[in-house]
Amino acid sequence: MTETFTGNKGLRLEEPLIFEMDTPGSTGVDVADPATDEIRLGDLERKSAIGLPGLSEPQVIRHYTRLSQKNYSIDAGFYPLGSCTMKYNPRLNERMARLPGFSDIHPFQPVSTVQGALELIDTLADWLKKLTGMPAVAMSPAAGAHGELCGMLSIRAALEARGDKRPVVLVPESAHGTNPATAAACGYKVEAIPGDARGRVDTKAFKERLGPDVAAVMLTNPNTCGLFETDIIDLSKAIHDAGAFFYMDGANYNAIVGRVRIADLGADAMHINLHKTFSTPHGGGGPGAGPTVLSEALAPFAPLPYVVHDDRGYRLVETELDAKAEGTEPFGRLKGFHGQFGVFVRALSYIMSMGADGLRQASGDAVLNANYLLETLKDTLTPSFEGPCMHEALFDDRFLKDTGVSTLDFAKAMIDEGYHPMTMYFPLVVHGALLMEPTETESKETLDAYVATLKDLARRARENGAEAFKAAPQFTPRRRLDETQAARKPVLRWRPEEPVQEAAE
Amino acid sequence: MRYLPHSEADRAEMLKIIGVGAVDDLYRDVPRAAYNTEAFGDLPNQMGEMEVDRRLNAMAARNITAGSVPSFLGAGAYRHHVPAAVDYLIQRGEFLTSYTPYQPEISQGTLQYLFEFQTQVALLTGMDVANASMYDGATACAEAACMATRVTRRKSVILSGGLHPHYKAVTETLMRTLGLEYETLGPDPLGIEDLSGRIDKTTACVIVQNPDFFGRPRDLTALAATCHEAGALLVVAVAEPVSLGLMASPGEMGADIVVAEGHALGSGTSFGGPGVGLFATRDKYLRQMPGRLCGETVDEDGKRGYVLTLSTREQHIRREKATSNICTNSGLIALAFTIHMTMLGEEGFTRLARVNHANAVLLADKLAAVPGVTVVNRTFFNEFSLKLSKPAAEVVEALAAKGILGGVPVSRFLPTYEELADLLLVTATETNTEAQMDAFAAALKEVLS
Repeated sequence: MTETFTGNKGLRLEEPLIFEMDTPGSTGVDVADPATDEIRLGDLERKSAIGLPGLSEPQVIRHYTRLSQKNYSIDAGFYPLGSCTMKYNPRLNERMARLPGFSDIHPFQPVSTVQGALELIDTLADWLKKLTGMPAVAMSPAAGAHGELCGMLSIRAALEARGDKRPVVLVPESAHGTNPATAAACGYKVEAIPGDARGRVDTKAFKERLGPDVAAVMLTNPNTCGLFETDIIDLSKAIHDAGAFFYMDGANYNAIVGRVRIADLGADAMHINLHKTFSTPHGGGGPGAGPTVLSEALAPFAPLPYVVHDDRGYRLVETELDAKAEGTEPFGRLKGFHGQFGVFVRALSYIMSMGADGLRQASGDAVLNANYLLETLKDTLTPSFEGPCMHEALFDDRFLKDTGVSTLDFAKAMIDEGYHPMTMYFPLVVHGALLMEPTETESKETLDAYVATLKDLARRARENGAEAFKAAPQFTPRRRLDETQAARKPVLRWRPEEPVQEAAE
Repeated sequence: MRYLPHSEADRAEMLKIIGVGAVDDLYRDVPRAAYNTEAFGDLPNQMGEMEVDRRLNAMAARNITAGSVPSFLGAGAYRHHVPAAVDYLIQRGEFLTSYTPYQPEISQGTLQYLFEFQTQVALLTGMDVANASMYDGATACAEAACMATRVTRRKSVILSGGLHPHYKAVTETLMRTLGLEYETLGPDPLGIEDLSGRIDKTTACVIVQNPDFFGRPRDLTALAATCHEAGALLVVAVAEPVSLGLMASPGEMGADIVVAEGHALGSGTSFGGPGVGLFATRDKYLRQMPGRLCGETVDEDGKRGYVLTLSTREQHIRREKATSNICTNSGLIALAFTIHMTMLGEEGFTRLARVNHANAVLLADKLAAVPGVTVVNRTFFNEFSLKLSKPAAEVVEALAAKGILGGVPVSRFLPTYEELADLLLVTATETNTEAQMDAFAAALKEVLS
């Protein structure tokens, strides 16, 4: 018997939407009676119901527990998603972020009552500056792409301050999509520079294109192919000689933390994804944080707010007036309040746990694990470039040639074997890319089991053909979903079955 | 190190298989001038859990928590009671430690709650459709301004003087970045600005907050009509989402885009971050909307399921032509919002809003009786402005010394406006007891005497 009466399959439980579980009048929160019935809203009281369903607390717990069980997670399994750094998220970080002294403080308390919070931000900033060798860091960006915006706007402000209008930003073809999107959001014309046969940027092509119209170069290093840009110092010199700035995308910082100071590479700005390198949880897509380190030339233009520390204690520089008194010229403000504070607590908890020695060991183990995958899979899959790689190993789909199995099919078959797939079809510079980032928190046993699984899948693709792969995944809460239908006829919210009559105006 | 599984023997064996002598050899592509073979920077080494716990507790202890004293702070961040179940559920590893749901077959949990979140936000704001979240209210506001310029193909944005100064600053920063024009009206504590009179054929949108930064609820119906006659959009920002439980929704008033800060539901104030930006609009503007969207579909067996959709608007497909550069958003805070809203339901949420309003009414009357205090707004939701007989910044410090977090001085945001130096923003929520309000009034009386 394959079908059940309920549609449930043992622990695989079907679950409706909350809107389909409504018991009108039911609630999971007992709220006291209002102290008065007097309303002072003018004539702006809501006249119609909102339409929210009523559920009790146990129903809510069961509903979201069941939903959670439909998710893959780092806690439950190996998650080698390239360029995402899915490392273990320590639970100590969560406990620290929930200390009332951090979680229950208001952003606009008098600064005299939040000296510990400002100390925490300043301490984290100090670590980030020392690890990168950079003199300043803007803490407020909320994510990697937001950090890119911060760095690029600092660059724009520095150029404007010297009366230098430069319309072009160069990015390599292998760049993450946020790079060109950010440069365009900053009003720049984006030009893509091709890579070379070694998986690096074409330094010669870059140098030839540099000139008085180029504002900046945005370059991920280690790059999106998982390789260190060998000519980076040479390139950063050329960028500076041309009067431009060098934005280094720090998405792959986990490979080099504690080993390479990015100041020594000549970078002017780099964002640090705290949710990658510093272990704060990805949370199903955020919240992250993207503090952005800045060179001496860019530091004066860092956005509001920032923390300063002197013999009077810690202070927040929140307004243009405050900044003027500090002698800086912020390009503006990127975010409400003071940045992703709860993420800062988690990142500092991790950094203090690891220490300088532990961070160095972590980057080393991350690179070791990636090279172990590259070496043990090189005869089964097809590596795109020669090693050693940094913290991720890139393969392409040549090993699937003539099998009828695509990269996507291969990935879906991995799901049935209990793995989250690697990043697929990125970077765009190789065909059918499979980008694996094991991170340092995986054991040798996990990697060996993974390698054995991929070898068996590759064998099955060669020997048994594509049919089984096309049908994968079979054992998941849902099988392949119709993305075309989702986009063609978008259903983006629940609506009641019976159309509700619009209230007459 | 407790987070690193390898033994030295593991490492040695793996290096041998790879065929190098040491981990340092794997870094041979790094220019030697930039590679450090030893730890650097005079930074401390690893610590056990207890030591980290001790040190961070010491930092936390140097903050006065809002829960330990009478606290009446708002100005865009509101302290509400978050049920225990919310924090438990969001800490489940399947939610906490998963990535953006790129593999829908093994991410239906995340995708379904995003679909529920989008529906809740659309219902609350009175709009057709909502996205799967932005970073926070201020960035959502800036993205709304950009979206309005795309929809109308016009370049100019009008910002109300009742808009939160942080929303204003973030929006202005992005407008400058994109070479767009904006006109920002001066602070408007009395709610008397004339926005309609400034709208012309170049106006892409008017952005107005409701209730405004000074706590005043605004009827935006006429403004919406003026905007639409001129071919402009009305963007409404909501800093306190609980207000939507008692007030007419922005959608009912004619808004075209609604943005809001959602952290007040489900998450603590946490010194202002992380938050979650709510973003909702009309169906007809869907294709110009920024951010991730979750949509319903079916799988191969015809069963209902959910996927990320309409990604042709986004950076990983469109690159420099994307509607926004946003990638990661605020999934877990959106989950907290959704769970808290689900727990409240229609009954709990509307009741919560009434309790907030009632407490604010009570507090306003108690403070109005203090000599030297004038309540500036006759109408409000749970926050209002006081005009004091002394500079508000000094009063707040004096109150803090008495163990009361007694509001936010407007001068903290707008220090160059001398006429606003005596204005104080005060909030009451369901967390405030009448005894706390009496203590506040008594302390304020002493400070002002």
